[in-house]
Amino acid sequence: MSPIVKLNNVSKSFGSLHVLQGVSFDVAAGSVVAIIGRSGSGKSTALRCINGLEKINSGEITVCNHHLHHDVTRAQLRALHLDVGIVFQSYNLFPHLTVGQNIMLAPRWVRKQSKPEAREHAAEVLRKVGLAEKFDAYPEQLSGGQQQRVAIARSLAMEPKLMLFDEVTSALDPELTGEVLKVMESLARDGMTMVLVTHEMAFARGVADKIVFMHQGRVWEEGGGEMLSAPQTPELRQFVGNGL
Amino acid sequence: MLTTFQMQALLTAAVWTAGLSLIAFVLGGAVGLLIAVMRVSANRVLRGIAFTYIQIVQGTPLLVMMMLAFFGLSILGFDLAPFTAASFAMVIYSSAYFGEIWRGGILAVPKTQWEAAECLALHPVQRFWLVIIPQGLRISTPPTVGFMVQIVKNTSLASVIGVAELTYTSKLINNSTFQPFIIFSVVAVLYFCMCYPLAWWSRKLEDKLNVAHR
Amino acid sequence: MTYTFDFSFLAEYWPQLLKGLAQTAQLSLLSIIFGFLLGTLLAIGRTAQSKLLRRVCAIYVEAIRNTPLLVQMFMIYFGLASVGFKLSAEFCAVLAIVINVSSYTCEIMRAGIESVRKGQREASDCLGLTWLQSLFLVVLPPATERVYPALVSQFILIMLATSLVSQISAEELTSTAARIDSMTFRSFEIYTVVALIYIGLAFVFRLGFWALSRLVFPRLRRLGTPL
Ligand SMILES: Nc1ncnc2c1ncn2[C@@H]1O[C@H](COP(=O)(O)OP(=O)(O)O)[C@@H](O)[C@H]1O
Repeated sequence: MSPIVKLNNVSKSFGSLHVLQGVSFDVAAGSVVAIIGRSGSGKSTALRCINGLEKINSGEITVCNHHLHHDVTRAQLRALHLDVGIVFQSYNLFPHLTVGQNIMLAPRWVRKQSKPEAREHAAEVLRKVGLAEKFDAYPEQLSGGQQQRVAIARSLAMEPKLMLFDEVTSALDPELTGEVLKVMESLARDGMTMVLVTHEMAFARGVADKIVFMHQGRVWEEGGGEMLSAPQTPELRQFVGNGL
Repeated sequence: MLTTFQMQALLTAAVWTAGLSLIAFVLGGAVGLLIAVMRVSANRVLRGIAFTYIQIVQGTPLLVMMMLAFFGLSILGFDLAPFTAASFAMVIYSSAYFGEIWRGGILAVPKTQWEAAECLALHPVQRFWLVIIPQGLRISTPPTVGFMVQIVKNTSLASVIGVAELTYTSKLINNSTFQPFIIFSVVAVLYFCMCYPLAWWSRKLEDKLNVAHR
Repeated sequence: MTYTFDFSFLAEYWPQLLKGLAQTAQLSLLSIIFGFLLGTLLAIGRTAQSKLLRRVCAIYVEAIRNTPLLVQMFMIYFGLASVGFKLSAEFCAVLAIVINVSSYTCEIMRAGIESVRKGQREASDCLGLTWLQSLFLVVLPPATERVYPALVSQFILIMLATSLVSQISAEELTSTAARIDSMTFRSFEIYTVVALIYIGLAFVFRLGFWALSRLVFPRLRRLGTPL
């Protein structure tokens, strides 16, 4: 089976700062890939390139049969966004809308679902993240962990083929991290293809089918969960040593 | 185009506009400070009076205030001097807005400053006027300068009671030349030259204050 | 002081004052609605990608904000007439005020739009919303809610400023006052009455805008806290 995401020699710079320098890796359909690495190593940038939030300078990315290169158009990006969901570190829920409205917004305006249809669907994804009773609450009335679960539900409602998670637990208190990770774990069990940037090593090891270790804008090492126990490079060894 | 004579008339008128603005700023500022202090005073009656004053002034069009000042002063037996009436209206008008702006500034002075002031060996009244007020005014310099733009522009309303400032003079000239686009453009440019530097300065002050607070 | 106040003219002229009040209210609401729409459009231009568009909007705003409304009104009314456009005073009045309000609304709304964090826009893009959809569904509603108090203050100032249209002899409260004055010579009394009417109208407008805010911002109605 061909991979659902394929990065081929991707480079990206902000001005004179070369953040990605020839990054390549694949994501197989139905698998979970965790990107790890020190802060500033380009993890988030790589993830944001996958759904076109950052335009790449050279190389090629294929995501769900969409091809991204340096001059991708708005229309192409929109088509891509219909297939790829993303969850951000800072939730980015819409503060003026209730939880239910946040989730129904895109299905109604983009997928043109009827209101009852969107409503039913929203209730369903909300149940999936364990927040069925929060349908009419406003984001500010929820804890950080709950907000992040709503953000996941909002993405799920668009039935993406691929979900991206950008350090989704980094802004959360430790005691709220678990509930979000549990939701992600259940998504993985359901067979959702996921790419996540994370600092939760235990989670990466337990859930990811593949781990990509990035260092200085390059893929330094990649492999299965066992890679963390037997690092090949001194950089990963040091990173794992600090992290665990 | 405009004749030299008309140009001279406009420049003289501009001086009246500037003069009226200055009066509104200085005297209006003085009354405004009093209003601001009354607004934050511990005395409920004083607070109530200042509040009512502001509500009334901010609820009345300046043009109507011009009329009231003009006819009111004549009832009181004063000579019909349009400039005096206009100054009177402008002072009342600007004092209410200054009062509101500076009240905000005084209330924005950090609590720690009030406490710090208590440690100084100063009488409470001195404390208020020497420590809190200057800081409150400093905080509100950007909106204060910004409001000066409104003052300059609003002196144009003095034209309705016959003060020979810019707008009045431009209307007179227009009545004889019938070149409204030219004459009113020239006047607009004159106003712009007085207002834009103030607006620019206000923005600069604001940026500086924002940086300082970050 | 031997002056005796005489408000007896009210008995005869109150229907005219009432009519003037209605005209002022109508003029104000028209100007506010169109001024808000135009101003929001300008604010969008002011925060657009295109540098040229930003520049053009900025120049418009600065030019309007730094010249008196009265002069703008004369320019439109006498100016357009001088080149052959015979437009009604009321139309010119609304036009001038709309142009004026739009430039103030623009600056207020710009601040609101800039208060919406970049991530909001990213999130809506990633959900597949079009540029226009994210603007109207994600950016403008919270932007407007945040700056609503400033907008209301501005709208009240506009309501008061409609009195200026009496200077191009458009019909409203202040011009009605001037007409009554010319017939009764009770200048001080009539303008006192008119001032009171304006104060009342300002109060009603404040109340109306407060009620409107509860209507159009459901979050505010439910939680009562600023966004
Ligand atoms: N929009 C941007 N503009 C300029 N520099 C950026 C931008 N986004 C990220 N960077 C820089 O790129 C580098 C990599 O960032 P990032 O991908 O967020 O790293 P990581 O996720 O591994 O911490 C950092 O040095 C960061 O400062």
